Amino acid sequence: MRLCIYPIMTYFRGVWCIMEKLIPAKDRLLKSKNNWMDGELRGKVLVILCAVIMISATISITIFIGTKGLQSFIKNGVSLFEFLTSTHWNPTDQAKPEYGALPFIFGSFAVTFLSALVAAPLGIGGAIFMTEIAPSWGRKILQPVVELLVGIPSVVYGFIGLTVLVPFIREHVGGLGFSLLSGMIVLSIMILPTITTIATDAISSLPNSLREGSYALGATRWQTIRKVLIPAALPTLLTAIVLGMARAFGEALAVQMVIGNVRNLPSSILDASATLTTIITLNMGHTTYGSVENNTLWSMGLILLVMSFAFILLIRYLSSRRKL
Amino acid sequence: MNSKTADRIATGVFVAIAIIIISILVGLFSYILVNGLKHISWEFLTTPSSNIRAGGGIRDQLFNSFYILLITMIIAVPLGVGGGIYMAEYAKPGKVTDIIRSCIEVLASLPSIVIGMFGLLMFVNVTGWGYTILGGALALTVFNLPVIVRVSEDSIRAVPRDLKEASLALGITHWHTIKTVILPSAFPSILTGVILAAGRVFGEAAALLFTAGLSTPRLDYTNWNPFSDQSPLNIFRPAETLAVHIWSVNTQGLIPDVEEVSNGSAAVLVISVLLFNLLARWIGRLIHKKITATK
Repeated sequence: MRLCIYPIMTYFRGVWCIMEKLIPAKDRLLKSKNNWMDGELRGKVLVILCAVIMISATISITIFIGTKGLQSFIKNGVSLFEFLTSTHWNPTDQAKPEYGALPFIFGSFAVTFLSALVAAPLGIGGAIFMTEIAPSWGRKILQPVVELLVGIPSVVYGFIGLTVLVPFIREHVGGLGFSLLSGMIVLSIMILPTITTIATDAISSLPNSLREGSYALGATRWQTIRKVLIPAALPTLLTAIVLGMARAFGEALAVQMVIGNVRNLPSSILDASATLTTIITLNMGHTTYGSVENNTLWSMGLILLVMSFAFILLIRYLSSRRKL
Repeated sequence: MNSKTADRIATGVFVAIAIIIISILVGLFSYILVNGLKHISWEFLTTPSSNIRAGGGIRDQLFNSFYILLITMIIAVPLGVGGGIYMAEYAKPGKVTDIIRSCIEVLASLPSIVIGMFGLLMFVNVTGWGYTILGGALALTVFNLPVIVRVSEDSIRAVPRDLKEASLALGITHWHTIKTVILPSAFPSILTGVILAAGRVFGEAAALLFTAGLSTPRLDYTNWNPFSDQSPLNIFRPAETLAVHIWSVNTQGLIPDVEEVSNGSAAVLVISVLLFNLLARWIGRLIHKKITATK
């Protein structure tokens, strides 16, 4: 209501300004106070509205994806146990369709952990280089480098992976090239900036007295880093890694372009594989909305949603440890 | 091994790590630019793309990218700044604020493909619009909102307390203080943050696959009627953006010159994002200089 009458009120206020001279000051002040309170209320309502929209967006995403994701189990009778543990994914089979999503769940986790395994030492090492080894010029060079890496869109990473990395692995390492290994390398470059940025903040915000105390005891720089700084910053460093993993887990297109997208469980790191996100990306477009296969894709979406909640809880737990 | 050698080895390792990170970036950029700049020409930027024949350009995709970005920002900036004002000025510490903060955190950590799926459900199926620019922009708004809220909350909190208190002491109401004192002085950092967020939106593809679609109708750039089907300004038409184009020509494309087109598009995309970053810095510094009178 208040929003609707806004233009009219502005108009009257315009008229009011002209009439201002004609009306005694006492009335004018009383009246104007009234107007001010109106603006106050309107502003408050406006910003509260924005906050409400944010909450409702989050809640509606959870509810919509939740209900849609559960439909395959409730309405279509796909067994949850089969979905989570079977390795046979064959939804188009007319006689006996199978809905085992384990290969994709495994693929998602494998690629996430592997990429964190590569990116964590690099990221934290980069952070230590920026804060401890060369705080002045090292930071000046690495900081923009990291920011630029964030700026490269994920499809571009995927495209370079597809045209450079995949042929390289095919020729020099073995296999088809489309593999867990390619996915891992692409993802670890993508999450590297996330880990580096947070780790840098964590280490540089440690009080200087820690460093000085350690040096005063005669410790070398490496001993200080290993025995004092890393343990002190550990919860935040872990948060950085978890945030990187969350990003890797949800990344879709870049992985999809290099991982090969097969429905079998990979037996080695050079095998082609698939993740939850890649199967959703590939099949969402050409399955009929509301069909069983389509609904199982929504169930995979629900897994992604649940995992992102899990990552948040993990981060909460880690940051609660930091305060102790 | 004595501790001095260990220290030297460790230093060497850290330097090596730094060199690896830098060379990854240099490698990526030189690959993109060297391969891409060859294919960027006026013709490449101004001819429509082709589905089967070689020699297609990226005219429509480029326009769609900027247009979706513009619409997203028109929706997301007021909402995000409003949310930021609420969080910084009105929210009292307590349960409700904690819930809102968690909501922002959840929104920020959602994978973009999940946001795309939500967009498919809400803005494509429930509303019955089909693949539209508006649907894509709304999905990107969801994706972008937490970033803008956080940026504006931080910038508003960074405004010196004295300014606000002086204004309140003059008898000016809270909202009027926000409008006339706090927002103008927080403006440079909000603007910088918004431009950086724009760079992120510009390169986003996963959230747009199922909301703005993989196709663009034949566009007539002389038709400026926003309700006409052929008009580029129509917000209820499907629109393939540049990032989505790179993905789709590589995974489903039939054109023989996939590599040329994607090299060129990747270079355009990266250069645009780079420009957004430089612009953000430059404008931030310029305005900072203007309002604080530092040299």
